[in-house]
Amino acid sequence: MNGAPLWPPAISQYAREADWIVFGFTALLTVLVVPIFAALVWFAIKYRRGSPADRRHRISHSVAIEIAWMAIPFALSLIFFVWAADLFYRLYHPPGGALVIDVVAKQWMWKFQHPGGQREIDELHVPMGEPVELTMISQDVIHSLFLPALRIKQDVLPGRYTSLWFNADRPGEYLLECAEFCGTEHSHMGGRLIVLAPAEYQRWLDRTGTDETLAARGERLFRNYGCSGCHGANSAVRAPSLAGIFGRPVPLSDGSTTIADARYIRDSILMPRSQVVAGFQPIMPSFAGRIPEEDLIALIAYIQSLADSGEARQ
Amino acid sequence: MSTAAEIIAPSATYLTAGYRLRSWLLTTDHKRIAILYMTTITLFFFIGGAAAALIRLELFTPQGDLLTDDGYNKAFTMHAVVMVWLFLIPSIPTTFGNFLIPIMIGAKDLAFPRLNLLSWYIFVLGGLFVLYSLVAGGVDTGWTFYTPYSTLFSNSYVVACATGIFITGFSSILTGLNFIVTIHKLRAPGMGWFRLRLFVWSHYATAIILVLATPVLALSLALNIAERVLGIGIFDPRLGGDPLLWQHLFWFYSHPAVYIMILPSMAVISELVAAFAQNRIFGYRFVAFSSLAIAGIGFLVWGHHMFVAGQSMYASMAFSFLSFLVAVPSAVKVYNWTATLYKGQVMIKAPLLYAIGFIGLFVVGGITGLFLASLAIDVHVTDTYFVIAHFHYIMVGGAVTAYFGALHFWWPKMTGRMYPEGWGIAAALLIFLGFMLTFFPQFVLGYLGMPRRYHTYDPQFQVLNVLSSAGTLVLAAAYLIPLVYFAWSLRYGRIAGPNPWAADGLEWTIPSPPPEHNFDETPVITRDPYQYPLRDGT
Repeated sequence: MNGAPLWPPAISQYAREADWIVFGFTALLTVLVVPIFAALVWFAIKYRRGSPADRRHRISHSVAIEIAWMAIPFALSLIFFVWAADLFYRLYHPPGGALVIDVVAKQWMWKFQHPGGQREIDELHVPMGEPVELTMISQDVIHSLFLPALRIKQDVLPGRYTSLWFNADRPGEYLLECAEFCGTEHSHMGGRLIVLAPAEYQRWLDRTGTDETLAARGERLFRNYGCSGCHGANSAVRAPSLAGIFGRPVPLSDGSTTIADARYIRDSILMPRSQVVAGFQPIMPSFAGRIPEEDLIALIAYIQSLADSGEARQ
Repeated sequence: MSTAAEIIAPSATYLTAGYRLRSWLLTTDHKRIAILYMTTITLFFFIGGAAAALIRLELFTPQGDLLTDDGYNKAFTMHAVVMVWLFLIPSIPTTFGNFLIPIMIGAKDLAFPRLNLLSWYIFVLGGLFVLYSLVAGGVDTGWTFYTPYSTLFSNSYVVACATGIFITGFSSILTGLNFIVTIHKLRAPGMGWFRLRLFVWSHYATAIILVLATPVLALSLALNIAERVLGIGIFDPRLGGDPLLWQHLFWFYSHPAVYIMILPSMAVISELVAAFAQNRIFGYRFVAFSSLAIAGIGFLVWGHHMFVAGQSMYASMAFSFLSFLVAVPSAVKVYNWTATLYKGQVMIKAPLLYAIGFIGLFVVGGITGLFLASLAIDVHVTDTYFVIAHFHYIMVGGAVTAYFGALHFWWPKMTGRMYPEGWGIAAALLIFLGFMLTFFPQFVLGYLGMPRRYHTYDPQFQVLNVLSSAGTLVLAAAYLIPLVYFAWSLRYGRIAGPNPWAADGLEWTIPSPPPEHNFDETPVITRDPYQYPLRDGT
């Protein structure tokens, strides 16, 4: 990353397609506006005061001409509206089975947690040729994760998960930046995206090491925060079982149904009375302000693991 | 052309109606109030410009060397707050709009002259609050005041600054109201809607936005202050609020505000092009209605600022489509201006250079706006220098260029003196060159991935940043030159006479500078505007 490049590297199919939209749109708009610039200069010179140019038969208005120069450029530009919207749609639809990496942003650092429990700050190691999905949340203000080589960014909000996915196909080190102004050290809040061949990524995971996987840490936290006291197998308190619920519909006491996704579980921990499961009393206390975002992510990973493994608690 | 009869005795003009400070500070003459505004916003333009100079000097090198992180954040916030609310929004409407709308419709003043003066006082009061926030220690939130940073995290003078902006909003609303009533009720006999100058049409559209959008800004700022001061949970999720609510409210005002800044510029360009082409404007009705279309559709595109903010994907698609649509009426104007030059008698003078410069830079700003309206492209370039370059093409290349064009065109009318034409042409060319050097490299920087509001940056971006900063030095010099020769012309400029450009329009039928009450007798309008070539005596 030295010298003074004029075009950024494009390290995914998505990034290259985004570039093609830019090339195509630039070509179209050049064809549309260069005649205007040429005409401005040409008319100003040819019809300068006192020049002998022919000025007879000048019209002052024409509905046909007006409609033509409104409709034709608009219709042509809509090609790029559709193409760009289509690519945008794909950005919202990650392929199944993507490697999920959790991201917590705070003033002024990026924290990443891999499923195996490996954690890193301001550096993100990912395997090449494999879809990666980032689940992101902020601990304080709004940030935005910006990966220019992939042509993507997504704001990272407090209080709500957002996500971003990509499939990088060129190894190397690339810029990773915060794009939403977040205070004093905003311009220092960045680091590197490191794309590794799958085997090297595995070696990096092994070398980085960890005591426990994310889900295992979540299980430990599940006991430490006292969740197991009510939601555990032998609890005397009547609380809904969490086994197998992740990703499934949950009937609520107001008669509606919701999907037990990460948002629902996070909200249920912090605002337990907002969506109570049908048939249960709203007796759970709020944990708002008591559990950091990284621990919430571990708890969610644990609850998800209960569903993935299919094990029944009772 | 000027005969002895046309040189007006000094006692008869609006400038000589009183010499004491009191005669200015208590005036209800729309022309004098325009001069009050012009003086005030010129001051703010140079304060905002000084902040811009600090920013660009700092960015000569990748590391921070001139300012601290906080100092830099305060510099770009102050640059934007001053330039947007204390210069661009009032710029053309409160100066040229104030001065010219009554004359162009054949009236003696605006409908509510005292309210007009009150608007100026409110504006100055709001400006003082903003300056207080600067002197007290500054504001570091960016002009967008994104929550929850601005409400619960920033340790700077947010409340004073937001209060100042809140107050200036009322000045905007009252000015808008005054224009709407004036244009409806005070037109001279025979001045039908399609005999109005396009300058008036565009200001009418602007006034509608001023009245409808500005209250939303006032409301948003009041909610922001409520959360910051009283801890009422509106935007911070820890208090039960929603941070995106702020963005919706803010952009519901601030995108139409872009059209508050650009519609009056379009008003000016329509006049400059017709006068210097000495030609009837092409497609008068399309140009007139395109202003209303911009004002209307402009209210429906705010979500294009939020494609990566976490709003619904389908909402983003709708906002993207509407943003493509809003480009159509702007394109209509550009095509019609170009066609107006066709078969004209083009006078190549400084105001025409500003008009052509405006069209060129505005078109580049407009088409880069289409890139930003395209969803997948926006995901990459939003919040980068690409956006910075885009809106500076519209606001500096567009709005400021038009303001300078208007200054050169109507300076003889306002002061009775001509500026030196050679200097005028030189400054116009230098502004264009300085502008391109400053802002074109920023498109490339943005696409390479340099985020906006960065105090320090990756060393690979340095060459382009140095080009941009060097351009700023040229631009700063180019903006100071007119200040000098306009001041010079007040004493030494050639006497202009009533119509130095042989232009059509009521303001050119009365003496320069105009008498206190504009017209001795209310004019009766018997024909459409832009009847070129002018025959003697019309």
